[in-house]
Amino acid sequence: MIVSIIIRTLTRGGVYALLASGMSLIFGVAHIVNLAHTAFFMVAAYGVWFLVRQQGWGVIQSIIVTVLAVTLLGVLVYRFLINRVRHHPQAVLLITIALAMLLQEVMLLRFGSHFQTLPVLIEGSHRIWGTVITNQHLLILGAVAVVMVLMWLLLSKTKLGIAIRATAQDGEIANLMGMSSARVLTITMAIGTALAAVAAVLLPRGYVFHPHIWMSPLTMVLAIVILGGLGSIKGSVVGAFILALAETIVVFRWPQHGYMSLAFALLTMIIILAVRPGGLFGTVFEEERL
Amino acid sequence: MLKRLFTDFRWGVLPVPGRVLAVIFFLFLFVFPLITDASYPLLIITLACIYAIFAVSWDVLSGYTGLINFGHALFFGIGAYGSALLYKYVGWPPQVTIVIGAIVAAGLGVLLCLPALRLRGPYLSLFTLGLPLLLREVVRAFPEVTGGYIGITGLPRLVGTTIGDYYAVLLVMLVSVLIMWKLTDARSRYVRTGLIFHAIREDEITARAAGINTIRYKMLAFAIGGFFAGIAGGLFGHVLTVVGFGVFAITMSFQVIIFVVFGGIVSIYGPVVGTFILYPLVELLQGTHIEEYRHLIMAGVVILVLLFMPEGLAVRIREKIERQCPRCKLTNVAWRRECRACTASLR
Repeated sequence: MIVSIIIRTLTRGGVYALLASGMSLIFGVAHIVNLAHTAFFMVAAYGVWFLVRQQGWGVIQSIIVTVLAVTLLGVLVYRFLINRVRHHPQAVLLITIALAMLLQEVMLLRFGSHFQTLPVLIEGSHRIWGTVITNQHLLILGAVAVVMVLMWLLLSKTKLGIAIRATAQDGEIANLMGMSSARVLTITMAIGTALAAVAAVLLPRGYVFHPHIWMSPLTMVLAIVILGGLGSIKGSVVGAFILALAETIVVFRWPQHGYMSLAFALLTMIIILAVRPGGLFGTVFEEERL
Repeated sequence: MLKRLFTDFRWGVLPVPGRVLAVIFFLFLFVFPLITDASYPLLIITLACIYAIFAVSWDVLSGYTGLINFGHALFFGIGAYGSALLYKYVGWPPQVTIVIGAIVAAGLGVLLCLPALRLRGPYLSLFTLGLPLLLREVVRAFPEVTGGYIGITGLPRLVGTTIGDYYAVLLVMLVSVLIMWKLTDARSRYVRTGLIFHAIREDEITARAAGINTIRYKMLAFAIGGFFAGIAGGLFGHVLTVVGFGVFAITMSFQVIIFVVFGGIVSIYGPVVGTFILYPLVELLQGTHIEEYRHLIMAGVVILVLLFMPEGLAVRIREKIERQCPRCKLTNVAWRRECRACTASLR
């Protein structure tokens, strides 16, 4: 029981952490609340499913192709839609939600509203302290850890990472110092979307998806990002595991009320916000305080 | 009295094309049942009236004060469920329960904005996004009281006939929109809420420095928005005679924002225009061969409007046909060469 709870928390939390850190990165650098983020996640899940189940490609090739294609889609959307209204926060919220609905409708028309599952990457399972753990779960844990370490290395050690962090602190000054702000923002959007796509291809076995699947993860991811503080990647990783644990405990303790887990996560978010308006690790600027 | 009304109409309405269009539009709505008395078109226009109240109330709360509320369905749902539950357990007539439901929604709006007042920008939007979802789970968790998945059925109609309901909702819509328009009129000599809401949106710190208790006015905005959204919710339940937990759905909250942005945010007439164009359009597409594309079309329309006329359709058209006199601030027809009152050149 305890081991199952831990494993479920870690795998769910890992997927949420990938989604939330991408969203948080985009907000922190470009100040865009990208509500279409989980729609890219949904599109990526369909991409892999389409290539493997309908075109008969190998799993690895289709994952690579899908992640690249979705990243390209994210960059195109950023350049041609979001970038034009970037300075009006309300317009950004609306255009991204409209985009998410657009993607949902396209997927509905192309693939119908049936429930689908992704093929597993590796079969087999282990027994750890009397609990069966599939290799897919172990793979998810490993992959999430690798992606997170890569992200950390990218942001703290490379020149690009320094440029991204400088743009996050002050876009105008960074632009004056010779880092093309437009290019940094595009790259950030690409990284964020790629993280969403990776989260989709790592889905655990039995995770069903359909064209409407972006809505409930979106609420969850928003709760996580707000819990951790918008723009803080550390905060979103911590928030992801906290809310995944809360969700898992609800699911295991009251299985018949599994649908309440989202409400529980939202309640956690509301309480945290009432106590700390900037989230756990977020910054509330002095000049904005009233 | 009648003479004064006539002079007002002659000099206040006829020379201003926007107002002439508004009068023609409402006259059309009043004679619409003479053109057709089939129940389906009447129902669509009735629902469009309800959504128009809902959209204008969102505009008052979020457009005017800049507190972007992503969970306006909360108030709509509380109004609908409040009125339905009162009918089910107390048995009062709809005219009473709708008002009580709306007052409950307004009170809850004030209560919920207490934590929300600490939040700014996207935090506020996302906080409010969560609230109706939370309430939806509460409704699902107590099926004995709220009817669960089925909802509350068998509510009484407002008047009884389709045409009666149509005129009742139309009148409520007219009065509600008029009240909200007057409350947010920045040039009004009698109420100053409009001016203060604009000030809060433009620069809250300066508004506070000028001695305005911004907290109190934000609470007032939540109360007004909540009250009229609650009215819309109550009417919705009694027109359809059923209330389900779908009234708390995310799409409900976003649909209204789409209507407002399409018509033009921060203008009371914009949401009305947006609702009366988009809602019947979506319903008309139902049953035709492009039915499955209708949400696709709607999302595409929103993206195009945001990209090419971010101020909204109605506002754009009004800018085309009206021009303000630079000297006396009077509104003129765009094709006049000089102002109708002070003869200042408009070119």
